[in-house]
Amino acid sequence: MTALRIRRRPSALHLVLLPLSLVMIAPLVWMVLVSFSTREESRRFPPGLPSGLEWRNYADALTDAPLGSWLYNSTVVSVVCVVGNLVLCSLAGYAFARIPFVGSRIAFLAILATLMVPFQIVMLPLLVMVRAVGLTDTLGALIAPNLATAFGVFLMRQFFLTVPRELEEAARIDGAGRLRILVQVLLPLMRPTLATLAVLTFLQTWNDFLWPLIAIQSPDTMTVQIGLQSFQGAHTTNWPKLMAGTVLSQLPVLVVFFVAQRFFVRSVASVGIK
Amino acid sequence: MTAVLTPARPLVEAREPRRRVRTADHVAGWGFAAPAVVVIGLFGLVPVVWSFVLSFQHTDLTSPGTFAGAANYAKLAEDPLFWDAARRTLVYTALFVPLTMVLALPIAVLLNQKVRGIALYRMAVFVPLVTSTVATGIIFSWLGNPQFGLVNALLDGVGLPKQGFFQDPGQALYAVVAMTVWGWLGFAVIIFLAALQNVPQDLMEASALDGCGRVQSFWHVELPQAAPASGFLLVWLTINGLQLFDAVYVTTKGGPLRATTVLVYHLYNEAFVSFDGGYAAAIGCVVFLVILVFTVVQLRFNRRTSHFEAR
Repeated sequence: MTALRIRRRPSALHLVLLPLSLVMIAPLVWMVLVSFSTREESRRFPPGLPSGLEWRNYADALTDAPLGSWLYNSTVVSVVCVVGNLVLCSLAGYAFARIPFVGSRIAFLAILATLMVPFQIVMLPLLVMVRAVGLTDTLGALIAPNLATAFGVFLMRQFFLTVPRELEEAARIDGAGRLRILVQVLLPLMRPTLATLAVLTFLQTWNDFLWPLIAIQSPDTMTVQIGLQSFQGAHTTNWPKLMAGTVLSQLPVLVVFFVAQRFFVRSVASVGIK
Repeated sequence: MTAVLTPARPLVEAREPRRRVRTADHVAGWGFAAPAVVVIGLFGLVPVVWSFVLSFQHTDLTSPGTFAGAANYAKLAEDPLFWDAARRTLVYTALFVPLTMVLALPIAVLLNQKVRGIALYRMAVFVPLVTSTVATGIIFSWLGNPQFGLVNALLDGVGLPKQGFFQDPGQALYAVVAMTVWGWLGFAVIIFLAALQNVPQDLMEASALDGCGRVQSFWHVELPQAAPASGFLLVWLTINGLQLFDAVYVTTKGGPLRATTVLVYHLYNEAFVSFDGGYAAAIGCVVFLVILVFTVVQLRFNRRTSHFEAR
């Protein structure tokens, strides 16, 4: 009864939900508003709506800084890391869930243990390693450590544990090898889980900050986050241009978020619930 | 009797092919797992040991280091900057974690209602989570700008004086708290929401039939169900709070007057400004130890109070 009554008059909840949503998105709305303002408008007090759409800010952001190559670098790193995680974590997840091999327990526990390790303890030796193999200041330095993640292996293993064994056994009787079973029988079932892993990996690598900050020095190799950060230092007075750059840097993740919100929410929830 | 005898045969038969598969299994298993194990081991596990070794060296991370004994740890104990940074880190974490959780729970309950347009409301709460820290930092620097920021306009509107926020040594750390709560709220909401959605509908209906009001059902049915999730969140948010760096770097760079120089920021300064890699590694090891102890204690406590497994 109570539940029914609440459902019949939702307006009361809207009174709370609407302001809450506005507060949450206000910073992003203002990011867009400032990006379309003139310089004078962005420094007005109190701040107000822009009088027109200053597309020039976007053109300036793209020409005054190598924003294009930063976006390109971020895309390369993110896409390669997504593909790497999908392939390597599926393979490893399958092995840990299904194949009884020597040392699998130890190896899996070791992988899980890395989830607890804070990055700042990893980054100093990582930098020494990257320097030793001559990857300093290359995109390879950003890609290699993120080709497979402990979380990805864990997520895929949990998935394979839920798949009934009968599915594979039928294929095995038909003489299919493990790799063929994985690709032809299991892959079609894995799509939602793969999408979840892909979304999470993309967002993480795209937004990654500390590692690219210390691994990359030259402006040409920067990812968009680091580039934008250096851009901020150089253009503290031109807020509209800076905001235009910020909008451009966030467009890909926003698109991914809106298209794949379902998988995104699942990926976050699966971090906590398992 | 027959029941004991009959299965004996198939058992023996089953053992034979199994043994033959074994070697193939080891090869296949490692073949499948090796690439990921190598990447994660090399870049996730080896550096932990290495960092520990570095913490006993004098090194600038570019040339080979020299053995330093416990000198880095001795320096740490006497470094007032370290203890100031530790204090700020604790203040930050003590505000960030409870604030995020206390705000997230009621929001999760709200977003769990069947209301028209709930998908849009959820989207609005989740979207800060995908916003990068750099973007967040730039936006919040503008919002909190002492001259023309939106927050000061709101304060001005209700007759309050303008504030410095990120530029005021007395307020900067709290401004960082506000910014990171905004960024992490969606994460905490999703975790709570997942827990609430696991509450069996029958349980809610039963409590309604027993005469529970909406508020009572929340306290007696939903809240206990969400409790395990809060144990996980407490660990997760604390771990992240103790590691605060990005949000500081993109807004205040540790300032003004060191007001936001937290532990990892101090570590960064030592490693990449003072080039004292060994000392930085020692700070890292201490942070790791604190996180480890906290996590183990909390998980043990959590296990005793609920069946929830963090992972």
